[in-house]
Amino acid sequence: MPDGAAPILEVRDLAAVYRTRDAVVHAVNGVSFTLGRGEVLGLVGESGAGKSAAMLALLGLLPARSASVVGGQVLFDGDDLLRATPERLRRLRGSEFGYVFQDPATSLNPVLSIGHQLAEPLRVHRGLSRRAARAGAAELLALVGIPDPKRRLEQYPHQFSGGQRQRVMIAMALACKPRVLIADEPTTALDVTVQAQILELLRDLRRQLGMAVIWITHDLGVIAGIADRVIVMYAGRIVEQAPVRALFADPRHPYTRALLAALPRPDGPREARLRAIPGQPPRLETLTGDCPFRPRCARAFDRCAGPRPELRPVGPEHRAACHLVPDPAETAHA
Amino acid sequence: MTEPLPAIPPRRRGGRGAVAARFAAHRGAVAGLLVLAAIVALTLFGPLLHRIDPQYLDYLDRNQGMSWKHPLGTDNLGRDLLAQVLSGGRVSLAVGTSAMLLGLALGTLVGVLAGFVRWLDGPLMRLVDLFLALPLLPLLLVVIMLFRDSLRAAFGPETGIFLLIVFVIGVTSWMQTARIVRGEVLALREQEYVLAARAIGTRPRRIVTRHILPNVLSPIVVSAALGVANAILLESALSFLGLGFPSDFPTWGRLLFDGVNFMSLHPTRVIWPGLAISLTVLSVNYIGDGLRDAMDPRGDLPPIAGGARRNRRGRLGVLLATRRNGRRVLQGKGE
Repeated sequence: MPDGAAPILEVRDLAAVYRTRDAVVHAVNGVSFTLGRGEVLGLVGESGAGKSAAMLALLGLLPARSASVVGGQVLFDGDDLLRATPERLRRLRGSEFGYVFQDPATSLNPVLSIGHQLAEPLRVHRGLSRRAARAGAAELLALVGIPDPKRRLEQYPHQFSGGQRQRVMIAMALACKPRVLIADEPTTALDVTVQAQILELLRDLRRQLGMAVIWITHDLGVIAGIADRVIVMYAGRIVEQAPVRALFADPRHPYTRALLAALPRPDGPREARLRAIPGQPPRLETLTGDCPFRPRCARAFDRCAGPRPELRPVGPEHRAACHLVPDPAETAHA
Repeated sequence: MTEPLPAIPPRRRGGRGAVAARFAAHRGAVAGLLVLAAIVALTLFGPLLHRIDPQYLDYLDRNQGMSWKHPLGTDNLGRDLLAQVLSGGRVSLAVGTSAMLLGLALGTLVGVLAGFVRWLDGPLMRLVDLFLALPLLPLLLVVIMLFRDSLRAAFGPETGIFLLIVFVIGVTSWMQTARIVRGEVLALREQEYVLAARAIGTRPRRIVTRHILPNVLSPIVVSAALGVANAILLESALSFLGLGFPSDFPTWGRLLFDGVNFMSLHPTRVIWPGLAISLTVLSVNYIGDGLRDAMDPRGDLPPIAGGARRNRRGRLGVLLATRRNGRRVLQGKGE
């Protein structure tokens, strides 16, 4: 893991809300993390944990009508992105940051040819001419392993399979060789064999281009295969973060443990039912001061009713937000 | 048993060639295009072949039926009806097309702005409500009374009144387009590919022109077809009120309404101009229909069972709407 070097991206206390007609949903509540150069950071959590909201907030992509960033800092190249002008953010998106969305079926414009859409980032950021951008687009298609790129450029999204469309999306995100790639569940909408191909492709491209990757997923299997470090999110907060080996070998937060236990194992004992986590994630309209996971936690005890624990160190670069982890402040006193 | 599979037909090329090919496959649209081309050609070149001055008063041949000399007969002043229909078509088509373009441009601009710029949405839509609530005919009356003479003085009687009519129709017929476009833009801006375009740093203006406008093209084309029809009908209504073109400068609407009083005695006087209007409107509608299908790149695929594609109902809906609007306009005269 490349540590020691200055991180390429540093997020501090990021908070974002969605507003509905009669409530405010606290989707992201004080998320802080760093991303090292060339590092692959896994971001896991169930639906609604705030993974995507946090990443969209970084780049000013939250829907303006219904959501807004309410606090924090996002440091990139010494700049706070949350306070950057819309124009500066726009210039960074696509050139320094690539973003791959979950559903390749809806992320491509059905009425524009693939070539047109692939050429777009090149024309926008590099100011290439139509012809040069076209040639660049063909190279990109070849880069992501789509045969016969010249012909395929003329075609429209509906003439591509799901896996191919995701390859196109990846090619678009990588067009300007970004330093950070945010992959928002890029394999969730694909079937397992295609998933493996896309995973392999991204791993290769990362090696070739040396970019840092934030990989959002709810699939721990994918994380184990690709990430250097993992962040587990629950109810808009980070509950545990650790190097990937440490997380799988020694998960400390009960939520992380429950997630790992919920993974079906082909080699384990055959159980009648999958082990799901009981209950539902909390509603995020009102924030309580206690641990958000308490109602579902198998190991909750009296202290958990008290103030919510902050992230506490567990091991090297391994931290968990749980009362079961000894509080360094208290142990110092003892 | 091991019969070779049928060869997969090669995919058609993308781009303009494909649009033309899909348009050509739409039988109604091709028929509409042929009919419209014929009408346009007749109005442009017909007067060169049928060389009777539409204004020539032939008192001896008043109220004639169809004959070799006057193929469509003559009116109560002895003017040749064919010559009048042919030259009137030029004006009607020109008014219809220009007013439609003006209304469409206004409507699209307002719709896109309202849909895309959040703080403009409320004010612009209230403006649309305001325009829809205005009593159209009294307003037109006032506008034309006020400006007719000054425009005549500035551009000459024909151009002046042409500009005035086009302006008046265009400015009062953009609201539906604006509403449709706004609705589409609101739906489209939430599409994932718009988010994806933003995520690669596309400028807002380019998002509108490259990602949103091509997707609202089909409702715009339908509006255009409707717009031509409406403009022709509205111009007819205005002519009837004596606010349009003077009667020595015939248009289809003018001819229609001049003929109304003689309808029971000489029905051909309303049938021919009426037929010209109907055929034009109908063919424009079919062309619009075909264009909408042709511009959808997924049109190469076989139609989805259950009619998920919108084209089948569109044509009837458009026709009904045209008829309703026409009636509304015509009834406006009786107020």
